[in-house]
Amino acid sequence: MYWNEHFECMNREELKELQLMRLKKIVERVFFNVPFYRKKFQELGVEPADIKSLDDLRKLPFTTKQDLRDNYPFGMFTVPMSEIVRVHASSGTTGKPTVVGYTREDINTWAEVLARTLTCGGTTKNSVIQIAYGYGLFTGGLGIHYGAERVGASVIPMSAGNTKRQLMLMKDFGTNVLACTPSYALYLAETLEKMDWDRDKLKLKYGIFGAEPWSERMRQEIEKRLQISAIDIYGLSEVIGPGVASECQGKKGLHIFEDHFLPEIIDPVTGESLPFGEKGELVFTTLTKEGFPVIRYRTRDISIMTEEPCSCGRTHVRMSKVMGRTDDMMVIRGVNVFPTQVEAVLLEIGEIEPHYLLIVDRIGNLDSLEIQVELSSNMFSDKIKGLEDLERKIRSRIDSTLGISAKIKLVEPHSLPRSEGKAQRVIDRRKI
Amino acid sequence: MIKQISLFLENKEGRLARVCHVLGDNKINIRALSLADTTDFGVLRLIVNEPEKAYEVLKENKFAVSVTDVLAMEVSDSPGGLAGTLERLDEAEINVEYMYAFLGTTAEQALVIICVENPQEAIHVIRKAGIKVLEGDKVYSL
Repeated sequence: MYWNEHFECMNREELKELQLMRLKKIVERVFFNVPFYRKKFQELGVEPADIKSLDDLRKLPFTTKQDLRDNYPFGMFTVPMSEIVRVHASSGTTGKPTVVGYTREDINTWAEVLARTLTCGGTTKNSVIQIAYGYGLFTGGLGIHYGAERVGASVIPMSAGNTKRQLMLMKDFGTNVLACTPSYALYLAETLEKMDWDRDKLKLKYGIFGAEPWSERMRQEIEKRLQISAIDIYGLSEVIGPGVASECQGKKGLHIFEDHFLPEIIDPVTGESLPFGEKGELVFTTLTKEGFPVIRYRTRDISIMTEEPCSCGRTHVRMSKVMGRTDDMMVIRGVNVFPTQVEAVLLEIGEIEPHYLLIVDRIGNLDSLEIQVELSSNMFSDKIKGLEDLERKIRSRIDSTLGISAKIKLVEPHSLPRSEGKAQRVIDRRKI
Repeated sequence: MIKQISLFLENKEGRLARVCHVLGDNKINIRALSLADTTDFGVLRLIVNEPEKAYEVLKENKFAVSVTDVLAMEVSDSPGGLAGTLERLDEAEINVEYMYAFLGTTAEQALVIICVENPQEAIHVIRKAGIKVLEGDKVYSL
């Protein structure tokens, strides 16, 4: 079942022609509208006319998260704000978020790629879909919402959390498609089991899960416990949000919607392009975005691409499930967290350089974050209340900066492991 | 005024023993102690014979340590003795933040360590209320 058979099953030669035509246009667009890109192109001595084939993409500079940060908030937009109809943002590494903007046409494109994603996952106009991704600045909730409306499904915009209510409405409204993070899906399953409900009361059949890394083992568990078919979806706000790639019911890799996003796999150290079948960093160039196109955006996600035809009939290349990161970013409860964000908060509070350790675990299918902070003598108060106040203060600052709650544990000075060179700041005990 | 040594301790094996070792190795004698604990950590409060030295050696051994001024009051060592003293503190509007007993005693009197806000001012009020408050030199050597 396809949403847009013409594009999803396009002959690859035809697809490449389309990509090249769109690439030329997007390169011109950023060159003439974004000073950042023009300067970078000129430094490398390339200009739009140099793009004569898809291989010429390699002549273009990479774009990194740091570049987006340097141009905060709207410096990378190619249109005036009057043309922007929506803004989303993801957490940044130093307090400032990464901001992305959409024109009316971009929202349209986004709904299109998500309609494809949702169709891959079993959604039709007869479906009742419950969206339990967060709504707000995060692209998950609203992105999928527009895609589901495009398909014509009945949308229940639940947002994240409030588990018992989620289950009650799932039963009462006859939800048959669930969209949320995979860890939340497992948590729902667990809650359902505790409530001792008859599974037959639910009409749930399909699950569309993403926004955090998960394994094949986790898929099997979700499928068994919720008795659904679960597919993996991929996206990032810098490229468009969810809807960059999606598994089909074949579940052998995620089809990248190549008529909108031109993918590459590169060696993260040398920046060299790697052939199909080799593991490396995913890089995307948006081909159709208007408000906020990106050229060779480095995702830091590690994957492998394959060009082999898929049994589903879609011709777009497939990427493997994300296998890791090239930086120290972690995804905790669907939120991107960098250790440096924690460091920035601690530096604000104490006067000395803090020693800290992040311990990430998955308890009862929900991610937990514990931050151990070494107490220094000048932070030490003889009063228990003073220490508890300090814990509370760190906790509330972390909460407002990272957008997730953490347990703060004060530890004795010099008790955290010291290492030569790069300090070990993270212990991730999750078995994904 | 008494100099109390306060230490931050994580709730894990061997930490209390480690403090006592450091003090013992430096020939410092513990005269009174109290341990307040929460789920993850505790605060150990000590009265020792040589507070300055104790502070230095604990700091050298990387403990989070601080010095707090507290008071040592004499309390009648008989049933109801402490109650009577506390009533007088109440009347004098002195709020006790925490309190613990001293190991040694003088003749018929027990000693109690109290922590109050503004100990410098409180000491006069307490003495006025007829309670005997001991000086540091006397307490350290008891």
